[in-house]
Amino acid sequence: MVGIYSYGVYIPRYRIKVPEIARIWGANATDITRGLGVFEKSVPDLDEDTATIAVEAARAALRRRSVDPEAIGAIYVGSESHPYAVKPTACTVGEAIGATPNMTAADYEFACKAGTAGLQTCMGLVRSGMIPLGIAIGADVAQGAPGDALEYTAAAGGAAFVIGEGDTIADINQTCSYTTDTPDFWRREGQSYPRHGGRFTGDPGYFKHVQGAARLMFDAVGTNPKDYDYAVFHQPNAKFPQRVAKMLGFTEEQIRPGLVVPRLGNTYSGASMIGLAATLDVAKPGDRIFVTSFGSGAGSDAFDITVTDAIESGAFDRAAAPTVEQLLANPVYLDYALYAKHKGKIVMQR
Amino acid sequence: MRDVAVIGVGCTEFGEHWSTSFRDLFVKAGTMALEDAGVSGEKIDALYVGNMSAGRFVEQEHIGALIADYAGLASNHVPSTRVEAACASGGLAFRQAVIAVASGMEDIVVAAGVEKMTDVGTGASVDMLASAADREWEGFAGATFPGLYAMIANDYMHRYPLTREQLAEVAVKNHENGSKNPIAQFRNRITVDTVLSSSMVADPLRLFDCSPITDGAAAVVVVPLERAHEFTDSPVKVLASAQASDTIALHDRRDISTLDATVAAGKRAFARAGLTHKEIDLVEVHDCFTIAEICAIEDLGFCKKGEAGRLTAEGATALNGDLPVNTSGGLKACGHPVGATGIKQICEVVTQLRGEAAGRQVDAEVGMAHNVGGTGATVVVHILGA
Repeated sequence: MVGIYSYGVYIPRYRIKVPEIARIWGANATDITRGLGVFEKSVPDLDEDTATIAVEAARAALRRRSVDPEAIGAIYVGSESHPYAVKPTACTVGEAIGATPNMTAADYEFACKAGTAGLQTCMGLVRSGMIPLGIAIGADVAQGAPGDALEYTAAAGGAAFVIGEGDTIADINQTCSYTTDTPDFWRREGQSYPRHGGRFTGDPGYFKHVQGAARLMFDAVGTNPKDYDYAVFHQPNAKFPQRVAKMLGFTEEQIRPGLVVPRLGNTYSGASMIGLAATLDVAKPGDRIFVTSFGSGAGSDAFDITVTDAIESGAFDRAAAPTVEQLLANPVYLDYALYAKHKGKIVMQR
Repeated sequence: MRDVAVIGVGCTEFGEHWSTSFRDLFVKAGTMALEDAGVSGEKIDALYVGNMSAGRFVEQEHIGALIADYAGLASNHVPSTRVEAACASGGLAFRQAVIAVASGMEDIVVAAGVEKMTDVGTGASVDMLASAADREWEGFAGATFPGLYAMIANDYMHRYPLTREQLAEVAVKNHENGSKNPIAQFRNRITVDTVLSSSMVADPLRLFDCSPITDGAAAVVVVPLERAHEFTDSPVKVLASAQASDTIALHDRRDISTLDATVAAGKRAFARAGLTHKEIDLVEVHDCFTIAEICAIEDLGFCKKGEAGRLTAEGATALNGDLPVNTSGGLKACGHPVGATGIKQICEVVTQLRGEAAGRQVDAEVGMAHNVGGTGATVVVHILGA
């Protein structure tokens, strides 16, 4: 069966606390942290961008499992913050891990779910026999305009999943998607920051699509929430995934390992994939994981995943790369001024 | 002058109607009112539509003709007029319909109100609502509506013994009533603590002291009382229609804790109806903020200045109290699509007087509706009787 052959995550070490951002804009920090359920968010270093994060995540995946770079036939990087508008991040990743030139590559954009769209593409290519292995990456140095609600959560990080068939550490039993044309959040060509439709991002955006994909999955596989050990949802804040989990009938315990947003922030294309990685960090053979991403615009991809014995086999070494928990530990905190410099919000004279 | 009766009411659900357009909201409410009245569209002699700011909320003006057209009445060339008095647009549209029928000019008249507010962001919406105040002297100086009502609240609490908890009781009571109203935007019960721990909007007003941003439409059909029995066995008589104005800017008032226009319109309404306060069985007041309900109860003369907070906390304005106030849930819980609110108030009073309010039914033969534009620059008061 097609599934996850290896995975890796990268999160920059820097953080800014939500109350520090609130201080700058004269907002009530308690109201904001309580409203979002997010307390701090990751910040890229001065020389980090989506490409470096994608490379680091891919390298972490390959550290956990030795892979012949020649076997990697495709790389897809999903992001809202590709460094180039024209010229793929995926090629940079391919070159960095030695997978070029006998491979196909492309960058994907579907708001926060472009990474899982790449995952589905790799599944199709592997299942059809076109390629032995493919890598799907979701990574972002997420954009949020100064003072906008998004600034409290827009974070940096990414996850890479190597997709293969046979000897996988987790089988992907089924995937299905729910997609409509819904303008809940967008960024037009040439604009620096995304815009959003306020409360419109909730019910007609996130909740409709996440529930839509989840219910399609339950119908397709004949399962219900009780059949899963863990569930992971796209996490733009802590409240949305907690609420949608409750609406669908999942418990707090099921979503706990994958709910990384309170200490990480919203890594946009990386969010649900880092959540899945954090869950795989603690999963045991036989565990069944339910994953639903969400991308504004809008759509959700759902995955029904079963962890195999191979996750504890000799060929795969989970400890060879840091877990999400280890990546979240020992952060270096920035004040808003340094954060602004790190995020390129201070315009320098040339 | 002829006596006037309400023979049909209709109101859409209030809330975020993201999949229903401005015109569809109106058509929905209008159809409900006509069905309720048992009147077919071609019988309508005139339309009055209350709407505050469709030009800015949905970039559509010329609302009168639009409404007539989408009500299917364009080929009848029915006279259709938009009425605007900020948040009192609905109440004023109803008053225009009553005047048209009372004068003998028209027989079967529809009064409606509609507002679609959620097509724009919160910031834009707050700015549009601020145009109900004095743009040059208040808006340009930074005053928003929550800010102006917060000034009223601060002044009031400085002069009268109103506690923060008593103010919160207004919202608690209105959410309790809203929980029993199937069209209410908020049907969740809340506690005093919910209000006191909600986000600060404009000191001392917190999120749960404020009415929400809402989409919705409401419509009623009025006819001469002498013809009402052609359509219904339970007409509701319009006992009084009164209107008053005041300075547009809050700072020009004699007293900012008393809405003098409410006092004036209330007195005129009681005089015209020939009724005393004791004869009013329920009242829908304009609680755009909790402090507004406190002021309204007092300024309409139901109690002395400074007493409404205590009476609210004691339950006097609850469904089973001496004077049920805002049985619909009010603007706070039922929602506040500004142009539609005044008509919704009439719908609620009529529904109560007919005994059709189900879980929130009170024992009532006479009811009052109080609709405010701005911070009290326009006030419309109606008294209706079964």
